[in-house]
Amino acid sequence: MSATLAQTPTVPTGPVQQGQRRSAATVFRSLVTHRVGSAVAIVIAVLWTLPTFGLFLSSLRPEREIKTSGWWHAFADPQFTLANYERVLGGATSTNLAVYFQNSLVIAVPATVIPLCLAIMASYAFSVLRWKGRDWVFVAVFALQVVPLQMALIPLLRIFSNSGVADTFPFLPLWIAHSVFALPLAIFLLHNFMSEVPRDLIEAAQIDGAGHVVVFLKVMLPLMRPAIAIFAIFQFLWVWNDLLVGLTFSGGSRTVQPLTAALAAMSGDRGQEWHILTAGAFVSMILPLIVFFSLQRFFVRGLLAGSVKG
Amino acid sequence: MGFLLYSKNGQLVLALLAFVAVVAVLLVAARLAERLTGRGRSSVMVAVFGGPALLLLAVGLIYPAVRTGWMSLLDGNSQGFVGLENYLHVFTDAGGVVALRNTLLWVVLTPLLSTGIGLVYAVLVDKSRLESFAKSLLFLPQAISFVGAGIIWRFVYEYRGASQDQTGLLNAVITWFGGEPVRFLQDSPLNTIFLIFVLVWTEPGFAMVVLSAAIKAVPSDVIEAARLDGVNGWQLFWRITVPSIRPSLVVVLTTISIATLKIFDITRTMTGAKFGTQVLANEMYDWSFVFGDNGVGSAMAVIIFLLVIPLVIYNVRQMAHNKAVRG
Repeated sequence: MSATLAQTPTVPTGPVQQGQRRSAATVFRSLVTHRVGSAVAIVIAVLWTLPTFGLFLSSLRPEREIKTSGWWHAFADPQFTLANYERVLGGATSTNLAVYFQNSLVIAVPATVIPLCLAIMASYAFSVLRWKGRDWVFVAVFALQVVPLQMALIPLLRIFSNSGVADTFPFLPLWIAHSVFALPLAIFLLHNFMSEVPRDLIEAAQIDGAGHVVVFLKVMLPLMRPAIAIFAIFQFLWVWNDLLVGLTFSGGSRTVQPLTAALAAMSGDRGQEWHILTAGAFVSMILPLIVFFSLQRFFVRGLLAGSVKG
Repeated sequence: MGFLLYSKNGQLVLALLAFVAVVAVLLVAARLAERLTGRGRSSVMVAVFGGPALLLLAVGLIYPAVRTGWMSLLDGNSQGFVGLENYLHVFTDAGGVVALRNTLLWVVLTPLLSTGIGLVYAVLVDKSRLESFAKSLLFLPQAISFVGAGIIWRFVYEYRGASQDQTGLLNAVITWFGGEPVRFLQDSPLNTIFLIFVLVWTEPGFAMVVLSAAIKAVPSDVIEAARLDGVNGWQLFWRITVPSIRPSLVVVLTTISIATLKIFDITRTMTGAKFGTQVLANEMYDWSFVFGDNGVGSAMAVIIFLLVIPLVIYNVRQMAHNKAVRG
């Protein structure tokens, strides 16, 4: 699994030898497939980028223009404004998304830190510590990935509403819910990574008199840094983009609802107010896109691929 | 103190401080326990390192899941026992049948199309000059939430009467070629297909990344040998590439299927499940949180759970198999 995280797949160097046995027809055929192939790739790339680009361009157009003409008219008749963004970031309360942006941040930071720390500690218990029944418990935790969020939603919600703790700490249910749902996968991935750490390294530290706490903090944590970073990024994006937990555990209240939930509600109530929707959608995407573009090398270069051995 | 309790940022700081304090106390306790000898020491270690996560899982996941299973056998208020009546309701209610039919469509079409597109693209851009740039274009939708993707595509599917200027990209193209504008999201049953396309737009990025790594791992001498035998690109793809990466293909297909079963965001954002586009995961939400019938809602959650299990088992077996083969 994540053992392949750091390992780049071997790419054969140099072009494939031009064998003498290749006839002219073969060369021609491969040239044609190459042309067709490139065309197909370009078409896919355009189709996959154009809708997002269209939304972005629209969000910069005046309300009247958005509602009467398609975004491609902006090339012939460029009229741009930041009014839509001013509206969703500072306007009237009903369309102001700034508060939800803050909510999303307040939800996502602890909802990333908490499960990550707990999962790192648990993976230490499952990979370095030796105890009776360890493997069975680990398999059980692994199996919990099967349980869809939907299975735990209502009873978990009841626990919080009965305890009344959410009155004082309105974000607590969201933090806990996200943490719980992230744990099985986090423990599984980090455990796999940790069990790849050479046993000698740990034993050497122990011979030097280090206890488990020291081994954990001084040996394991530094070694785990790449895996931790990757999981943190994914967990943050996952929480930021989540709708189901945000919708159910915020109780529809403006004080805790994340951006996604507010936007989904807007899409229903203000379905035709495209100037608000386009800018709002882009506001919700801005953070993930920054994360994506600054770390895209990680994303695309087989980090996700590390989770599956080809 | 007031800042910590009564403002959002304050609560954020407070939560992080409290959490760090708990972890610190645990580690200090473990440090002290290291002076102990024998079994006591080892069980303190397990409790410190594994305890918090396991406790959270037990209270937050295992107990609620079992409880949902039980609630699916009770009536709407979770008072009286009704046996399998809720399940019967799902399979006989007209809305339930539509949701099941649509869910089936989603689960069959999304993985096949996403994986197909991701695979073809990965093969086409492989070893090209702009490979990493080309890949990030396809991967981009993965960073966008389903709500965001829903809004992007509502904009593409936007419909205006034939007399008006079309503001949606697709209808503009259709009318430009002289066709009649299409009500993509309103006209059943095709609207479900158009919703599925939105997920097919977000998922190939995942498929591409995994499959691309697998393609690069295919030994180059195998490819070279085939080339020398005069195999063309098309044959190379079907006879060498696809069979070599079969295990990864299976994992990608099942992973996307599992995700598809649980997705309700797209339907909710784009049509609000109207016009016959309901899916199981969204219906579960509606029954539980809109109609307040926990019995039927729980039964739907259990059905999703049961549908996921065979996929996961297949996925895990495939992964174990991969490991066994590759060591």
